[in-house]
Amino acid sequence: MTELARSRSAAPAGGPAPSPTTQGRPQEDASLWMDTWRSLRKNPWFLVSAVLLLVLITVALFPQLFATHDPRECFLGRSRQEPSAEHWFGTDIQGCDYYTRVIYGAANSMAVGVIVTGSILVLGSLLGLMAAYFGGWVDAVLMRLTDLIFAIPYMLGALVFLAVQENRNVWDVAFILIVFTWPTMARLMRGSVLAVINNDYVTAARALGAGPLTIMRRHIIPNSLGPVVGYAAVYTGVIIGAEATLTFLGVGLQLPAISWGLQLNDAQSYLQQMPHLLTFPLIFVALTVFAFTTMGEALRDALDPKSKKR
Amino acid sequence: MTTAPQPTTPAQGDGDFTSTGPLLEVKDLHVEFHTKQGVAQAINGLNFTLEAGETLAILGESGSGKSVTAQTIMGILDMPPGHIAGGEIRYRGQDLLAMKPEQRRRLRGVNISMIFQDALSSLNPVLPVGWQIAEMFRVHQKMRRRPARQRAIELMKRVGIPAAEQRVGDYAHQFSGGMRQRIMIAMAIALDPDVLIADEPTTALDVTVQAQVMRLLKELQTENNMGLILITHDLGVVADVADKIAVMYAGRVMEAADVYEIYARPGHPYTKGLLESLPRIDAAGERLNAIPGLPPSLTDMPSGCPFSPRCPYATDLCRNEMPELLPIVGEHTSACHYREEMHRGHLQTPEEAQA
Repeated sequence: MTELARSRSAAPAGGPAPSPTTQGRPQEDASLWMDTWRSLRKNPWFLVSAVLLLVLITVALFPQLFATHDPRECFLGRSRQEPSAEHWFGTDIQGCDYYTRVIYGAANSMAVGVIVTGSILVLGSLLGLMAAYFGGWVDAVLMRLTDLIFAIPYMLGALVFLAVQENRNVWDVAFILIVFTWPTMARLMRGSVLAVINNDYVTAARALGAGPLTIMRRHIIPNSLGPVVGYAAVYTGVIIGAEATLTFLGVGLQLPAISWGLQLNDAQSYLQQMPHLLTFPLIFVALTVFAFTTMGEALRDALDPKSKKR
Repeated sequence: MTTAPQPTTPAQGDGDFTSTGPLLEVKDLHVEFHTKQGVAQAINGLNFTLEAGETLAILGESGSGKSVTAQTIMGILDMPPGHIAGGEIRYRGQDLLAMKPEQRRRLRGVNISMIFQDALSSLNPVLPVGWQIAEMFRVHQKMRRRPARQRAIELMKRVGIPAAEQRVGDYAHQFSGGMRQRIMIAMAIALDPDVLIADEPTTALDVTVQAQVMRLLKELQTENNMGLILITHDLGVVADVADKIAVMYAGRVMEAADVYEIYARPGHPYTKGLLESLPRIDAAGERLNAIPGLPPSLTDMPSGCPFSPRCPYATDLCRNEMPELLPIVGEHTSACHYREEMHRGHLQTPEEAQA
């Protein structure tokens, strides 16, 4: 072994100072993420939203567990029925079981939310990181680009671009939403990185010979991602709402796709006669948005070191 | 070079270093900061040399350019606003300032390493400390995770962390201040650097821990034959550890000498003032002899000797002409027009001379 290791590894220099933290304390994982988890577990809002999200995600992934009917099995003979024991949410104009339709609608709404948020989380974080780390003209160019996109409200942008497209599936809607929403994440990440980059441990890493990639991967990203992750969860709710809105306005998903937005769109003409057609998908949209937003808030609180009660 | 590091090889990074000249030599270094208030001259013609196995203490009050010196040698000065206006920093004869950034980066941590003042903020809060030490081997020597971790544990033991095997996975905030500084030291010496710069390594620690950490640094230095640059404002800390002392003021070395020499016979009024301002156990109850006034503003340097506005011995010569750093006897140098008289203890203030 080396000189260093050989030389008196048993006899520490200067006599070890007493370290009160080691003795008698159970080995508790104290990483930032474990700490976050511990503070999350105590937050009732987190628990509520987590359970709700778990159910909703299961619904989206495995609708057949919750609904036994085929959502496309429709009999005009039973059109527009009120909720009953047989059809919990009633039936729609085509005579389809409305409960089954709502359950199957979760997948598309969730898909748009998750695809968009996932993409802008990656894209926005990357661009925000580059802007903050390199500064100078990289920062200037990227930030003017975000300004440019910020100038167009994302709803308006999505409305215009989706309206000219004839066939729209989940990916098209998601793509347009990504284009118009990534600047929010990029800005957030940039601010977060700027707060971290001047920390002593970044300087220390530089002084000990770490290259830019190591510094970003090991020091900047893990320390700056917290607020961005929290916000991403909130944003998923916002995006799901946006998808429903766009579809409701007739520029989102199209039939024969099954989605909450489409159901709301159908229901608007029969609002007075059959309010249940509007109520049920609306409740689900509201619950999903609520679950994501609450989860995001809880995450943001837990990940924010300033609000941490250690 | 993958697994076993060779502590005896002088340069583990790339580039051949011919062992000509001193280990580290700073020649006529000038560093400026371009601020809204004007150009702040943080370092104005700094000179010193460091040999292997030698401890050089750079002493000075806040704003005298100690930390900027360290950052410039390490190459971690923020540029802009910082700007190296001139001079050379030679490591084994090669000018660091003329190197390509990538070549310089490979020297950092491997050949020249650094310890910071506040170990808590210098350690990444989201990574276990053992991980951060192991990272040195993984980044610079492409070592695998497991052996690197093993080496980290050995190093933690070496710097005196009790129960290193259990604590390798702990985080910085779970350690006490002294332990954190030991971990920082472990990271800095992991790759057997030739030069170690310690920027106020014990300022954030309490007195008993200070002594332990200083002793550890001294031991490691002797073991690895490192050149150690100790930056501090604490005269007490340097007395036992340093071989040479360079006293800095307003970005210049005012006096440089062997440690015993400087304490016994200071050759500059500023050094004398510093020594007199120390609290003494045999003078309890008396007021401390502080040096009157404040260090000059770096954006507005006085003409002549920068210490002249505060110096009791200042004459018109001092106010008009900057004295050079010249030898008094042997290695003892001073930047005072009256270095000889000062050194002999004959220097009188103008008032005394008239009386």
